[in-house]
Amino acid sequence: MLYPFHTGRRDPFALMQSLLGDLNRATPTRTAQPSFPAINVWQGDDAVAITAELPGVDPGDIDISVKDNVLTLSGESKVPDVPEGSRWHRNERRYGKFTRALHLPFAASDDKVEARMANGVLRIVIGRPDEDKPKKIEIKAA
Amino acid sequence: MTNDVTETADKTPAKEPETTTGTRIYRPLTDIVETSDGVTLMLEMPGVAAEDVDLILEQRVLTIRGKVHPTRPEKLQPTYAEYGEGDYERAFTLSDDFDPDKIDAAVANGVLRVTLPRAAEAKPRKIAVKAS
Repeated sequence: MLYPFHTGRRDPFALMQSLLGDLNRATPTRTAQPSFPAINVWQGDDAVAITAELPGVDPGDIDISVKDNVLTLSGESKVPDVPEGSRWHRNERRYGKFTRALHLPFAASDDKVEARMANGVLRIVIGRPDEDKPKKIEIKAA
Repeated sequence: MTNDVTETADKTPAKEPETTTGTRIYRPLTDIVETSDGVTLMLEMPGVAAEDVDLILEQRVLTIRGKVHPTRPEKLQPTYAEYGEGDYERAFTLSDDFDPDKIDAAVANGVLRVTLPRAAEAKPRKIAVKAS
C-alpha cells in the first residue's frame, strides 16, 4: 500500500480511515476486486477532483457522466494497432472496456464538471454547486 | 487477448530502493511486439511528457527512464489514493542485430512507443537456387 501524500497530511483521522479502508479491502471476506482505472481523490471546500491513470486511452474513448451525486467514468482501452502477422513477445498491459461509478459528497451539476487529459492522466474537477455550500448563519442580538 | 479490464495495473516498485530526487520509481508495464521490420516496445508511463523520457543504449542494454509530472489539483487536499506517482525506469537487453541509429521513440497518451528496426544485414534474405 502506498501513502505518498500522507507526509503533509493535516488530518490524522483521515489517515486512520484510509488505513482501515485498506484493511477492509485486504480481508478475504470481501470479494473486492481491484478496479480499473486506479483513482486518486482530492477534496476541498468548493470542489472535488478525481485523477485517474489511463495510459494509452484516447480521450475520445472516455465517457464521463454525472447524475445527481454519482459520477460514472467509462471507456475503452483499445489494443494498439500492430501490423498483420506480428508476434506478441510480451503482453503486460491490459485492454478492454472499463466502467467505474463513484459517489460524490454532493449532487453536482453538469456545468460544474471539467475534465482534462494530459499524458495519459485524466483529471476531473467537480465544483460544488452554490446552493449546496454551507451557509453561515448570523446570530442576531435579541 | 482478454477483453476484460478488471485488475488494477500493478505498478511494481523497481528494485532500487532510493533515488536522488526522492520520488518512487516504477517499472512500466510493457508490451513487446515483433513485426516484420523489427521490434516495437510499448511502455505505460502515465504522467510523463515526451521531453522527459530518456533512452540510453549502452552495450546492448536499452535503458528507458521517464520523469513524471505529478498531478496535484490546486487548493485541494488528497483524501484517497489508489495509485502512487513516481518516475519510471526499465532496461532491456537487445540482441546484436538492431540498428542503433534507427531506434525511434514517441510518446502518446502516456504510452511510450519504441521501434527498433532490425539491421538490414540481419533481415532474412531469400537465396535463389540456380539450376546447374
